[in-house]
Amino acid sequence: MTGPICVLAEQWRGRISEVTYEALALGREVADRVGVPLTAILTGCNCRELTRMLGAADSVIYVDHELLAEVVPQTCAEALVQIFAGARPRVLLVPLTNISLGIGTFVGVRMGVPVINFCKDIRITGDKLEAQCVMYGGKIEATVEAGAPSGPQPVVLGIWPGVRPADKGRAERDVPVMDMPVVLDDTQAVRLCRYIEPEAGDVDLTKQEVLVAVGRGIQDRGNLPLAEELVKVLGGALCGSRPVIDQGWLPLSRQVGKSGLMVKPKLYVALGISGAPEHVEGMKDAGLIVAVNSDARAPIFNVAHYGIVGDVLETLPALTAAIDARKAAAPHA
Amino acid sequence: MGTCSVTLETLSQYPEGREILTCIQCGVCAGTCPYGDVMDYPPRRMIAMMRAGMLEKVFTSDSLLACVACYACMAKCPRGIRLTEILLPLMKEQTLAHLPELPGELQKALQNTLRYGNPMGEPSRKRAAWVKTAGVPIRIFAEDRRPADALWFVECYTSYYPRGQDNSRATARVFHRLGIDFAILGNEEKCAGECGRLTWEPGLFETLMDYNMAVFQKYQFNRVVTSCPHAHNAFKNRYPALGFNWGLEHVTPFLAKHLDRLKPLLTRKLPYTVTYHDSCCLGRQNEFYEAPRQLLAAIPGVKLIEMVHNRVNAICCGGGGGGMWLDTYFKAKGYERLSERRLKEAAATKADVLAVSCPYEVSRFEDALKVLGFDKRIVVRDVTELLAEAMEE
Amino acid sequence: MHILVLLKMVPDVVEDLEIASDGKGLDLEYLRMILSESDDHALEQALLLKERHGGKVTVLALDAPEVDDALFTAAAKGADHVVKVVGMDPGFTTRQAAGFFSQAIAEQPGLMPVDLVLTGVQAIDDLDGLVAPLVADELRMPYLGIVTGIVLDAPGRPARAIKEFPAGVRGEFEIRLPAVLGIQAAEKPPRYVPVAKVRAAMKSGKIECAEVPTLADDGWLAVNILEMKRNQPAGHAEMLDGSPEQACEKLCGILAGRGLF
Repeated sequence: MTGPICVLAEQWRGRISEVTYEALALGREVADRVGVPLTAILTGCNCRELTRMLGAADSVIYVDHELLAEVVPQTCAEALVQIFAGARPRVLLVPLTNISLGIGTFVGVRMGVPVINFCKDIRITGDKLEAQCVMYGGKIEATVEAGAPSGPQPVVLGIWPGVRPADKGRAERDVPVMDMPVVLDDTQAVRLCRYIEPEAGDVDLTKQEVLVAVGRGIQDRGNLPLAEELVKVLGGALCGSRPVIDQGWLPLSRQVGKSGLMVKPKLYVALGISGAPEHVEGMKDAGLIVAVNSDARAPIFNVAHYGIVGDVLETLPALTAAIDARKAAAPHA
Repeated sequence: MGTCSVTLETLSQYPEGREILTCIQCGVCAGTCPYGDVMDYPPRRMIAMMRAGMLEKVFTSDSLLACVACYACMAKCPRGIRLTEILLPLMKEQTLAHLPELPGELQKALQNTLRYGNPMGEPSRKRAAWVKTAGVPIRIFAEDRRPADALWFVECYTSYYPRGQDNSRATARVFHRLGIDFAILGNEEKCAGECGRLTWEPGLFETLMDYNMAVFQKYQFNRVVTSCPHAHNAFKNRYPALGFNWGLEHVTPFLAKHLDRLKPLLTRKLPYTVTYHDSCCLGRQNEFYEAPRQLLAAIPGVKLIEMVHNRVNAICCGGGGGGMWLDTYFKAKGYERLSERRLKEAAATKADVLAVSCPYEVSRFEDALKVLGFDKRIVVRDVTELLAEAMEE
Repeated sequence: MHILVLLKMVPDVVEDLEIASDGKGLDLEYLRMILSESDDHALEQALLLKERHGGKVTVLALDAPEVDDALFTAAAKGADHVVKVVGMDPGFTTRQAAGFFSQAIAEQPGLMPVDLVLTGVQAIDDLDGLVAPLVADELRMPYLGIVTGIVLDAPGRPARAIKEFPAGVRGEFEIRLPAVLGIQAAEKPPRYVPVAKVRAAMKSGKIECAEVPTLADDGWLAVNILEMKRNQPAGHAEMLDGSPEQACEKLCGILAGRGLF
């Protein structure tokens, strides 16, 4: 009998992460195609009420333990291994995010099952599982098969955020919950001591309607004023991808992406940003995405609605000038 | 040139080294240096520290990052000490070894040059992509091994940068109209090694020279003609030690030699007032002052006007010595960018066009135009671009 | 103190990646390999810790094109000991890579004991697993990933590691040593080392080789690539062309049309 499609729900600081809904959306598709149930797994401590948010699943396995209050990958993996000892899943979807990274690999090696990362689509036919994966920073798509011995083997699939629209996996309802106890080693070799909050920024990026984002293509801290000019005519705020923050050109509070902020402005202008998954994760849900990059093949053009291939340092001032001119021509339009 | 054999220890054993020790501490070098007012150790002070046995302080300061290898100090030194050619490279090499951290942009440029053969980190397999847009046939040696009279060494900015590609297209068209027999290395070409930048990195320079010499030896040509003055100087001053014995020209003086055949082709009138910026490498280093002016004067309609500082006194655009990749660093220190200083001088002439003959300058001056808000007042064009424009119907 | 750094070479994506004629892998003729970016950070972090606390840094890398460059560069930067794992069949996956690392660590003299094993948190070709968790599991050591800072207290005390969370939040963890850490970024960008120093390391230094046979076929754990192609995503931006002025004029119209300014 084929086991269920399982999704590891990610929760942090009392909220279910958006990526969980995305994973549930994908899981739902696969479960329906194969004709097996979709099960969400939530681990944590005193957070049973969050199971309501996982209504897209047919049922939820809830694992409550003091040591699961904060995610420690080895501990979380140990809990999952114990849950699956009784009933093996067909597939376990684990998000490749800062919070959950590593869990999938530990489950794979401890259960002795294959792991496939960067997955965006899954096809199961009988014993065969094929995954569509995006590798090498988004440049190559690969069709990957998990080795199939006798009988369907559980497979752990690591998925990037953005694999499906979150709304397709969002459903709040009283879903059947099964509480499962686990026994965890309390030697606590890895322990969270405290969180370090980012310095209070002058601007809350998540509240802006317009964001102008700069990446490596801005080339030089000295070119930031060009971007600031655009912000002046468009409104909104300036933000950046990781490389710009790492170099100290903008403070941490301005970082958009995996380790920064998730933003959903009405307009996101990506200047000289290649569009690596780590950044796209932070802005893919923006209303209108416009990208400027000198590389026609930059992955950002796959997520943007409009694109211009060109040198940022030429295009940026041209855009500022064009908007300025239009505003001057029809100031009360 | 004994740049490699002279070290600080062996200074007094070589004529070039002993020359340094004849400094009379007059301070003309510091006075002429465009960043003399912000440098902790301009050449005069450097030599004083050497004599006082306190050279360590020079290398542990970041003063030398402000040297843009413009040759102004060397051109004015009353003793004729080869400051930019001998002293400064030695000091820079030591500074690199002592600097706790190299400014990120410069570091990336050096790493990219080593790995991809260009400081921008562009793929080596796209270096000749611009050729398809040239509009005239351009022969690539790897595809067609017949001998050519000239090997046109295009260089990095002129291959990858959009405005640099404008220059390359213009050059190709002018060559074509003149019937020059040329071919390029295409994707096999790697940076020649820019002396100023690579005084920081002699090991990298050697790696590039070894590579380029090996590629040159595969093909047959009489001369190297290059669009980049820094490449020109590398080939002139450093490559002969590895056996470089071909003719050498920079595009601008090369075209000036063909002026009698070029002039009848310049049929279109360009009614511009043009001021010419002498690049450090072509100007002070090689004294190619008149060739570019002759070319410009040959264009019908062009009126030449000089900036206050011209020829040997020209003010550097700030791109040499690694300066192209140190703007962030200079900005953080509050230094005025030399390209902005020079552009103000150009605008003061009320010229329509600032003419240049070095690929760095187009990039740097157009940048300065945006920052200063002068874009409606003056445009930047390479001399070759103007020639090509004057050839159009 | 002894820190072990694990390095892996990955395809360099600056040059366009071409697909091999059988459609199942990358075309090796045009492929260049480069040190995985976060592995470079792991090395830098190790060198920073050595500068702060003394001790020894050993670098272990898997045989691949251009790996010698990476190892000599590591030596020129200050690594005390560089070791290359050789003898494996090429074209190995991450899971196999971790297996080779673990085997070499167990069998090659001088690699153990170790206080910290540092490696990049993730590489662009980590299709079937991540090195750090796999090695941590094999060595039975605690693991933490997405690390951007490490503080070592007195010997015998746990180390403190900073891990990145979303929204710019960071977490300070206590982790018992010896441990395996997946480095996201070093506390400072990887340092520059002059080419002359790397060349000097090449002339005077030697890379020690650790012979590791290819592991027994764990076919049931393996993943097979059936097909590879250039990524042609479902959606793509509508491209606005022309000169910068023309393209921006069009864009301006679109933004105005949507009332965005």
